[in-house]
Amino acid sequence: MAIEVRIPTILRSYTDGQKAVEGTGETLASLIADVDGRHAGLRDRLVEDGELRRFVNIYLNDEDVRFLGGLETPVADGDTVTILPAVAGGSWAASDRIARVAH
Amino acid sequence: MVVLTQATYDAIVAHARRDHPDEACGIVAGPAGSDRAVRFVAMANAERSPTFYRFDSAEQLRVWREMDNRDEVPVVIYHSHTATEAYPSRTDIAYAAEPEAHYVLVSTADPERESFRSFRIVDGQVSEEEVRVIASAELTAR
Repeated sequence: MAIEVRIPTILRSYTDGQKAVEGTGETLASLIADVDGRHAGLRDRLVEDGELRRFVNIYLNDEDVRFLGGLETPVADGDTVTILPAVAGGSWAASDRIARVAH
Repeated sequence: MVVLTQATYDAIVAHARRDHPDEACGIVAGPAGSDRAVRFVAMANAERSPTFYRFDSAEQLRVWREMDNRDEVPVVIYHSHTATEAYPSRTDIAYAAEPEAHYVLVSTADPERESFRSFRIVDGQVSEEEVRVIASAELTAR
């Protein structure tokens, strides 16, 4: 059983530069755990306190998993899971120029 | 330094003015490794807010896939601030996830004159860079 997981540029440091890796699992959660087993640290960039991080978009084929089952979304052989960091921001706290904020 | 054609510069400003007082956002794609911003793509602000923007997730997937098919990257990621200065806010910095991109900010706070600036945001560090506007033919020849 192989599911392709497409990795965005900013997370390729966890996958030795690879833009896609393979994994297995019945749900998105178990797929992420499986991939994290070979690429340690990747899971922490996607999941926090047992929930998908708000500003990371994960897609099962063409759909945002938020509209499916989130972490419990069933996945199957032949599926493609795509990870894209959300592109977001805004003028809120514009007066604050502190550079470093934890994701 | 970020280099933009006059047409792209004008398209970004027009988008920002059109969506004011909501923040406008989008990208200018270009061939991977070239640092040439050639293909303007206005994006929807899913937040439709005067103080926050977020690319619609489905649209982002389509646009990112298209760039992938064309061997392009988001050379410029732009958005507008509608009441504050054209400088990356703490949220802009926190969410910047494309270290190779030029983050263009346009302020539409002044209805007469926009402020148009560009920044690199790498590892939480902001550095301002020059914005150079050129004629289209010059961009192809770079």
